[in-house]
Amino acid sequence: MAQLTAPKIVSSRSEFSDSHTMSRYLATGGFTGLKKALTMNPEDVAAEVDAASLLGRGGAGFPAGRKWSMLRKAPVTYLVVNGDESEPATFKDHYLVEREPHQLVEGVTIAAYALQVSQAFIYLRGEFALGLERLQQAVNDAYEHGALGSNIFGSNFSLDIVVHPGAGAYICGEETSLIEALEGKRGFPRIKPPYFPAAIGLYGQPTVVNNVETMANMPWIVNNGGAAFAALGEGRSTGTRLFALSGRVKNPGVYELEMVKNTFRDIIFDPALGGGIVGDKKIKAFIPGGVSAPWFGPDDLDTPLGQDEVANKASMLGSGSIVVLDEDSCVVRAAWRITKFFSRESCGQCTPCREGSGWLERIMYRLEHGGGRREDLDLMLDLCDNIAPGLTWPPQQTTICVLGPSIPSSIHSAITMFRDDFIAHVEHNGCPHD
Amino acid sequence: MSYLRADIRQRADELVSLYPERRSAMLPLLHLVQEQDGYLSEEGMAEVAELTGTTPAEVRGTATFYDMYHLEPVGKYVVGVCTNIACLLAGGEEMLEHASATLGCAIGATSADGLFTLEETECLADCNIAPCVQVNHRYVRTTTPETFDALVSDLRAGKREEEIPPHGTLIRVRRSGGLRAPRQQVAAERDAAQKAREARAGGAQ
Repeated sequence: MAQLTAPKIVSSRSEFSDSHTMSRYLATGGFTGLKKALTMNPEDVAAEVDAASLLGRGGAGFPAGRKWSMLRKAPVTYLVVNGDESEPATFKDHYLVEREPHQLVEGVTIAAYALQVSQAFIYLRGEFALGLERLQQAVNDAYEHGALGSNIFGSNFSLDIVVHPGAGAYICGEETSLIEALEGKRGFPRIKPPYFPAAIGLYGQPTVVNNVETMANMPWIVNNGGAAFAALGEGRSTGTRLFALSGRVKNPGVYELEMVKNTFRDIIFDPALGGGIVGDKKIKAFIPGGVSAPWFGPDDLDTPLGQDEVANKASMLGSGSIVVLDEDSCVVRAAWRITKFFSRESCGQCTPCREGSGWLERIMYRLEHGGGRREDLDLMLDLCDNIAPGLTWPPQQTTICVLGPSIPSSIHSAITMFRDDFIAHVEHNGCPHD
Repeated sequence: MSYLRADIRQRADELVSLYPERRSAMLPLLHLVQEQDGYLSEEGMAEVAELTGTTPAEVRGTATFYDMYHLEPVGKYVVGVCTNIACLLAGGEEMLEHASATLGCAIGATSADGLFTLEETECLADCNIAPCVQVNHRYVRTTTPETFDALVSDLRAGKREEEIPPHGTLIRVRRSGGLRAPRQQVAAERDAAQKAREARAGGAQ
């Protein structure tokens, strides 16, 4: 049975259809966290976030407190919030920006206070037209309310937030690419090292880049204390997290669940959550954390929804998005479409990714649509091995960013788990499902 | 003489003043050009170059990286149908085919009446209401052929214009308040600092 007793930390207003309005936000505890934070020392606010052991909610799962502490040595110049949510089947930040924009603004302001930054940018995916409007409105509201701008709530702290629209590029979710885009350039990821924008970020200055959901947790952490957050979940995975469930389930949606206390079986099958597979069919496979993640099969359903719990099974919780394939879903078509996505979104800087993704997509296309050959399977694995040598997880890096090594995940998983399906496609000279 | 309309130009100047460096306004400025022209006109890009202190080639080079910018005229309504993984499993490909038939244009093309441009998109992050369709980046949540056709009839009849503005108009909420100093002062200080940096760099060479 799913454990649903944990408090809702970032989606507490989900029952209200006007959760995006300032009046609702103020009526439901809005800005109490910020007001409390402003009475504390900035270092103490940062210490609460450290104590919460909040793992970044963007995909890499790097501890937010540690990211900040890298900067506390040198004064931070900019806080940049990553709202470029583009990992296929990930739609939690979309939810937070459209439904809880004021919470995001408050969270960013708390984080900026802890870091003593006076300029923050929220980089929001360009395709979120409604989200962009609601977020800009929330920023306007906050200025009017005295929660943003000069001398916030009468304190000595001042902050400006600029809402910056993206323009359609998956790669801009990679933080150095996002910074390039924010500087008005093509979104090419920067060569590492330096590995973190903490050293050299926006305009060459020390910069913190945090995900939208990470920021949305700040008001609750300040109000309730880092220890209360850390008491939820287990091990390294503390607090709650938004999980985006999609694919062949009865109730797809965004669910806030306590980390580790629930399993993939719970979220997919519990009547209060996913509700099971459409048409009560059998589950064939599922993707546990965005399309960059290696796939799981029915045997992995009892894996808890936790960072290390999933990592120990050679995949990742990633962006917290779960895609379910049922017994009628064509895994070859699914893997082809994911590969097509990577091919389209490769920025083109590095040869293994640029050439590898296109080549793999063409092979996957002919397997799915006719013309595939038996030897294509070995050819693809060889190609995948060139992009991520050894096909280990986490993958070896041959490219500037992690987009490249993410390409093999779906193909490698599909071939390993469903080799017979590929052979059937070869023998049928196309998709047997068509 | 500004190519951008006076009101758009004013918003463009405001945008530039928000950032520590002018070039940072590049993406929002290009969205503004699309708001005026529906696509990125040569004249519009030239003015963005002037506004950002870059060249038209740099502007074009940047713009071509991003999917949302169109370098050729598009329809009043750009219809995006997602076929990525969650939508694929919910019939996204079939929806795309249906859209092509209903709108009377191929994928990537514009209908003969100039009203619609059809695009196959990557994931639009609305995967619980699949297959996902956007019109001018507004979620329309038509997941069946019937609801899609009803939407198209509405758009043809000029309904829903309030909800779905013409292609290019992205953010209708204007930024109010915010800057601690007058815009002109911020911009002047920033540009003076930039000149000083350039002078120092020039002296070092």
